[in-house]
Amino acid sequence: MPGSIRAFGTKTMADNPALESANDAFAQALEQPEVQGRSLWQDAWHRLLKNRAAVVSGTLLLILLLLVIFGPMLSPYDFDYTDWDNIYHAPSLANGHVFGTDAVGRDLFVRTLVGGRISLLVGLVATLVSLLIGVTYGAVAGYFGGRLDQTMMRLVDIFYAMPFMFLVILLMVVFGRHIVLIFVAIGAVNWLDMARIVRGQTLSLKNTDYVEAAKVCGVKPAAIIRRHILPNLLGVVMVYVTLTIPQVILVESFLSFLGLGVQEPMTSWGALVNDGAQDMESAPWMLVFPALFLTVTLYCLNYIGDGLRDALDPKDHL
Amino acid sequence: MLKYSLRRLLWAVPTLVLLITLAFFMMRVAPGGPFDSEKSLPPEIEANLNAKYHLDEPLVQQYFRYLGQILHLDFGPSFSYKDWTVNELIADGFPVSLTIGSLAMLLAFFAGTSIGTLAALRQNTAVDYGAMGTAMIGISIPNFVVAPLLILLVAVYAGWLPAGGWDWSWQRMVLPVITLALPMIAYIARLMRGSMIEVLHSNFIRTARAKGLPETTVIRRHALKPALLPVISFMGPATAGLITGSVVIERIFAIPGIGSYFVQGAMNRDYTLVMGVVVFYGILIILFNFLVDLIYAWFNPRIRYEDHG
Amino acid sequence: MRWTRRTIYEAGAGYQASTGTIEMSLLEVRNLTVSFDTPEGEVHAVNGIDFSLEPGETLAVVGESGSGKSQTALSLLGLLAENGRAVGEARYRGRDLLSMTATELNEIRGEQIAMIFQDPMTSLNPYMSIEQQMLEVLYRHRRMKKAEARERAVEMLRQVQIPDPEQRIRQYPHEYSGGMQQRVMIAMGLLCEPDLLIADEPTTALDVTVQHQISRLMRHLRTNSNTAILLITHDLGVVAGLCDKVLVMYAGQVMEFGSVEDIFYRPQHPYTRGLLRSVPRLDRGDESGMHAIPGNPPNLLELPAGCPFRDRCESAFESCVQMPPLEQLPGGGLKRCHLEAADE
Repeated sequence: MPGSIRAFGTKTMADNPALESANDAFAQALEQPEVQGRSLWQDAWHRLLKNRAAVVSGTLLLILLLLVIFGPMLSPYDFDYTDWDNIYHAPSLANGHVFGTDAVGRDLFVRTLVGGRISLLVGLVATLVSLLIGVTYGAVAGYFGGRLDQTMMRLVDIFYAMPFMFLVILLMVVFGRHIVLIFVAIGAVNWLDMARIVRGQTLSLKNTDYVEAAKVCGVKPAAIIRRHILPNLLGVVMVYVTLTIPQVILVESFLSFLGLGVQEPMTSWGALVNDGAQDMESAPWMLVFPALFLTVTLYCLNYIGDGLRDALDPKDHL
Repeated sequence: MLKYSLRRLLWAVPTLVLLITLAFFMMRVAPGGPFDSEKSLPPEIEANLNAKYHLDEPLVQQYFRYLGQILHLDFGPSFSYKDWTVNELIADGFPVSLTIGSLAMLLAFFAGTSIGTLAALRQNTAVDYGAMGTAMIGISIPNFVVAPLLILLVAVYAGWLPAGGWDWSWQRMVLPVITLALPMIAYIARLMRGSMIEVLHSNFIRTARAKGLPETTVIRRHALKPALLPVISFMGPATAGLITGSVVIERIFAIPGIGSYFVQGAMNRDYTLVMGVVVFYGILIILFNFLVDLIYAWFNPRIRYEDHG
Repeated sequence: MRWTRRTIYEAGAGYQASTGTIEMSLLEVRNLTVSFDTPEGEVHAVNGIDFSLEPGETLAVVGESGSGKSQTALSLLGLLAENGRAVGEARYRGRDLLSMTATELNEIRGEQIAMIFQDPMTSLNPYMSIEQQMLEVLYRHRRMKKAEARERAVEMLRQVQIPDPEQRIRQYPHEYSGGMQQRVMIAMGLLCEPDLLIADEPTTALDVTVQHQISRLMRHLRTNSNTAILLITHDLGVVAGLCDKVLVMYAGQVMEFGSVEDIFYRPQHPYTRGLLRSVPRLDRGDESGMHAIPGNPPNLLELPAGCPFRDRCESAFESCVQMPPLEQLPGGGLKRCHLEAADE
């Protein structure tokens, strides 16, 4: 079938600019992934549901997400309220400090959840930044290929060899610890993998019959990338996003742990773990609860990413 | 082979230049100089200080001065450690960091590949699921969570090992090395499992079996080398991760390595120290990547013989 | 070129078998079933086939892809994928290959039964030199010293016409062309002078001239050694002039069996006739003489009852909803079809 599209395009319509838009519509109508896409996603969804680890992780993450969003509203304490009567108080149901309190009597339950908001937000936003840069960069390099591709990928290679964590630290040291800067710094550093993956996929996609058909029909490159390439990258990108979020959360908590992340009284899981580590001998709960939340989140995200990858790429399943 | 190596090495040059440039300008456009904290400094003394560290020259001139210095592997004097040069600080901390880093890498490589192979050979059994579930925990728990927990359990509660500090004794190395290696073990195990499974499904393994070779020989002679290739190419990026991790580890275990100096320098806005460490790490990572490339090529006859064709 | 003869004892055994003094074939396959457990269900690749092979004989198993012919071959040496299972009997010199332990099987693989595969490029280990890959067979089965083994390997490479074998044996597979790689595979298979060589589509991945080289090499092997060959192929063109008997498979079942003359000149089954029509032939000249069989082989997940070929068969009629029995033909052949014997 694809062969016939191409032949049709070449012989009868390719050189007639008046028919360009009609051809575009035609190529789109015949485009297989649209039809195949639906069943592909359905298949993937079914496979994902069969993956017990991914389903459990997904449920757990959802509960965690709801807790992080709505939990602080349920507590009588504010995240920066200092309860001087209850410094270093162990977890207790009696006074409402279910996770205990810290060195200045702040409620750890609320702080853990509010810190979670920051960590998840950083994870999400920074991933989106890296997604935007990476997908654009990769799609352009992969689609146009040739010398442009070579130059662009060489640049990525060069960036790859850099100790990026240190550049981020430098950035934080130099420009202060603003939360927007954290988003941008981490996102700007994390796009490399995304660019590589997207480029590879684009490279193989652009030689498929339906893209050839669109090309022969005279559809412009930008339109081809937008309509034909990007939708087909969705699967890979989704998997990658799920696996990038935990990485980013890890980077943020690493920065916060070094005291370079968000600033007091605002907090994040990394910052809480840092506080907890300093007082762990006398008040282990200060370490345990934030560490638990952080770890469970990362664990779930990693498992969901793995499950998604397996579901979308059933090669390994046979 | 030689041509291949040289080409790879040449690519390190632009990487390094870019790294130095980025680091340099990032530090220099920063609001506030290194002596800002000492606000009471009389203007003439500050001018003297600036002249001493060439901060009064135009930026471009400073940049080329710095490039020239680095060519001689001279990172200049430290701003915050008054009587030290950055070279001396690095020379002081590096042996410690290198010891921990290489021990962690060796441990990660051998433990990771063994666990991964075992999981691949027992695919979809309890052994496999157990190993991979544990590996996922290893990847998900950050260093700085594992370290305090280990200290709490092994050092504080059980009292088996010291909680931190450094005196070159093995007792003080165990916990830092294990903590540093854990995420890498987990990552390598997953990588190795995947590649081993893939290799075991390849046609040449079927051929090896058809020859009547015992399964252990098939794995040792035919499968191990190709299955190791992804792990070997991972060792390059892994170095960067290891170095990053060492910063945390050295801080938590109070180890006087480069990482400690780096964090201290970052806090004190010690330009030369921070830049020196970043550039030094950059060189280290590039060198290690080069080494990994060579090992990879040596493992892979298709690359090894590329130049002959 | 010279193919070394087998030892007198073994040649004697083959002689006895072929004259019928001892009723034992080299290979006797009975009711062989191969199935695979997949997430979608059980796939039945081979559904109870029988055949036998005498020493020195050449049998072709032909069929389209998915007919189960390759899985038949792989199951004999225990080389099925992990989710595959072979049931039935495959007696090699009276011993059932399917029920052997891995250790027992390893004594036979590469020593008495050798196998070569479809894609020589991926079937040779790209990370080992040809020398390493050939010598390990001799170390394993002949306990040879390095110098002796090397001499033997070089000699085999020379026999399959690898130029300058002393030098080239040190090279890696990617330094060989596809045809040379397949010849190396054949040389490797013959190192221990096996009694049976299983060749799974040995020419498929190669271009036409190279296909001819390999066919010629196999014909030479057939006439100059006592090695029996089980040739798995979808290409009847390769079969002519090389094989004694032909087994036609479809959807995991035997459709027709007969001597190579019977199959080529008096095909009984519509499927066999379809396969024959799809062989490109120079003597017919025009392209119109070449017809692929329309349609696709059935889904092995849920095989329909009755004759599996009936949906694609030009002569199908009502009875075909019943599975036809495998019936004996006057010339010693077999066919699985309700149609009456076709006239000349």
